[in-house]
Amino acid sequence: MRKVTKALMGMSSALVLSTAIPGMAKADELTLCWAAWDPANALVELSKDFTAATGTTMKFEFVPWPNFADRILNELNSGGKLCDLLIGDSQWIGGSAENGYYVKLNDFFDKEGIKMSDFAEAAVNAYSTWPKGTPNYWALPAMGDANGWFYRKDWFAKPELQAEFKEKYGRDLGPPKSWDELKQVAEFFTGREIDGQKVYGAAIFTERASEGITMGATSALYPYGFKYEQTGGKYDMDGAVNSADAVAGLEAYKALYKCCQPPGYTDSYMGEGLDAFKSGQVAMAMNWFAFFPGLYKDEKVGGDKIGFFVNPKQKVAASTLGGQGMSVVANTDNMDGALAYIKWFAQPDVQKKWWALGGYAVHNAVLNDPSFKDSQPFAADFLVAMNQVQDFWQEPSYAILLQAMQKRLHDYVVADQGTAQEALDSLVNDWKEIFEDEGKL
Amino acid sequence: MLAHATPTTIAVRVRGLSDRAIAWLFITPTIALLLAINIFPLIWAVYLSFTNFRANRPYAEVDGVGLRNYQRVLNDPDIWIAMQTTAHFVFWTILLQTVIGFALAYLIDRKFRGHAFWTTVILIPMMLSPAVVGNFWRFLYQPQIGLFNYIVSFFTGIPPSSFEMLGSVSLAPWAIIIVDTWMWTPYVMLICLAGLRSIPDYIYEAAEVDRASAWRQFWSITVPMALPFIMLAVLFRGIENFKMFDMVMLLTGGGPGSTTEVASITLKREAFESWLTGRSSAFAIILFVAVFGLANIYVKALNKVKQR
Repeated sequence: MRKVTKALMGMSSALVLSTAIPGMAKADELTLCWAAWDPANALVELSKDFTAATGTTMKFEFVPWPNFADRILNELNSGGKLCDLLIGDSQWIGGSAENGYYVKLNDFFDKEGIKMSDFAEAAVNAYSTWPKGTPNYWALPAMGDANGWFYRKDWFAKPELQAEFKEKYGRDLGPPKSWDELKQVAEFFTGREIDGQKVYGAAIFTERASEGITMGATSALYPYGFKYEQTGGKYDMDGAVNSADAVAGLEAYKALYKCCQPPGYTDSYMGEGLDAFKSGQVAMAMNWFAFFPGLYKDEKVGGDKIGFFVNPKQKVAASTLGGQGMSVVANTDNMDGALAYIKWFAQPDVQKKWWALGGYAVHNAVLNDPSFKDSQPFAADFLVAMNQVQDFWQEPSYAILLQAMQKRLHDYVVADQGTAQEALDSLVNDWKEIFEDEGKL
Repeated sequence: MLAHATPTTIAVRVRGLSDRAIAWLFITPTIALLLAINIFPLIWAVYLSFTNFRANRPYAEVDGVGLRNYQRVLNDPDIWIAMQTTAHFVFWTILLQTVIGFALAYLIDRKFRGHAFWTTVILIPMMLSPAVVGNFWRFLYQPQIGLFNYIVSFFTGIPPSSFEMLGSVSLAPWAIIIVDTWMWTPYVMLICLAGLRSIPDYIYEAAEVDRASAWRQFWSITVPMALPFIMLAVLFRGIENFKMFDMVMLLTGGGPGSTTEVASITLKREAFESWLTGRSSAFAIILFVAVFGLANIYVKALNKVKQR
């Protein structure tokens, strides 16, 4: 009997220990959660300096983009303790602030002398504040990003194509400056045979499940004059979301999809767009600036073969916002360690190294450095893009708002259902119902 | 091997317990587990379906909303479209799988040379994971490099990259039906084969004596006697395909647009992307009642056929 008792005690002790260890506060270890992509690798490299300075071991939980929101939002909603620090999407700020998932950082910033005025204003507004326009900070701007374009510079430089394009359109073949020009260039390349392969004009976002087609189509909608509200904070969407300009923008995006997207790219986002470009299928592609360092280094299509340009304007200059802020997860057992990392990361020298490694720092010490524009072939475009970014709703209900837009846009652009006006009118109705449920309308 | 008697200590310990008590002792853990993982979530979902609870706002106040969630679900045209899409898939997949599955079972039952080998080959798709099958067929359907388009091109002369199985509104539903049929026809075949092998040979021998033609034997003996098995296969596949999720998600994600958005994908979007937990619970309960009701009616019909 004594043996049985001992065995039971041993087993229960092991069980208690095995369940207790993961939840125990370990001051010497921090877990940072983010998406799995090139900048995350740069952050791992950068964080070695933090470990060297503090002795804190950094652990990383990087989730592939298609599952990033699902995985991390489930973690936050369930009160999990996986992440001490989180680099989360800008759209999550509102919900995470209101639900108490993120730590409000104002007092900490004041105490440590971290000034938000040291960071680009657009980035602070997008990645840190909630409610918008108020000095309530829930994150430190960590990774500036916007949707931009890259193109096959070597194809554009071919003399015979230059001559043919000039004869047809009366201007030089070069990076397009408007959406009208973008379509002309895309059409010019579509169906052409280059290096023994049939090529297409442009790879654009059409993904249905998460946020792809919304992020792609807004790159056309914003330059055409699309607005979410007539008056900020009033939710008066009629005449803004479904304005004539917005309709024209959506029609332009569909026209580009119809004329010039390679076959089979009906559900494509970041990865598929990169594949299309790297495999030599397309002359141009849209994607986030975050991927540009990796593309430039690519042996096959990078270096001299690649060029970059900012999202073309139409009526106005505008780009779709990407990027994220770094937040401290309220549920962490290692608050001091997490805050120490934020303090370390906010230092100008660390921000400079962050940019050098491939992360998109938005600290003014980096952006205002006279050498910044020439530091990378895409740096100047990044500065332009970050000064003209527009973001999706950052409301706590952003997920439902996003799903409604995904559906309406995909139904119109890819599935050919209805007109652009009908799609945007339906979107206004969807969004009205959501805001009515929220008690905001 | 010698049988050992129950050790005295245990015999003494259980002495005084009735058979019923011992039975309860054994059954109780299973019942508790069943209640915990099946019944409780169901009851909880019923409760949530009458509230405005959202899983991404666990600290927000939860209010009862009466039947509003049910009313919204039943009045939502998108949900009805998803139900129609589901019905379309269920109908065509069952029809094709039953016809092809039964035909294959009939052929295999002839016991030709190498029939065991071919049975194994036919069963392979069923043994694969839906995730593998989904990704595998995505490549096959790729219009530029996919084998499927080249095969169609070989037989029809249509250029391979001129049509997209997964990106076309008219072809995408059929792309999924083809994959599901490819994967699950062997399952129907197995059940039908069991039915065919259960028919006693003497019935056919008697029919031969009566000089019944092969056609007559097929319609008067084979089909009626295998019918309960076929109906069972239809029941299993019907329930499974009503819940079809993984294959559609991997192949089209519900697109293009919402063309292939079956009920389970709509439910997932409502519950885990829009986080409308109360409303999605109501939708789940409606789906559960629909499947449960239809399955019950069907089982009654199946019992009648068996009793004939």
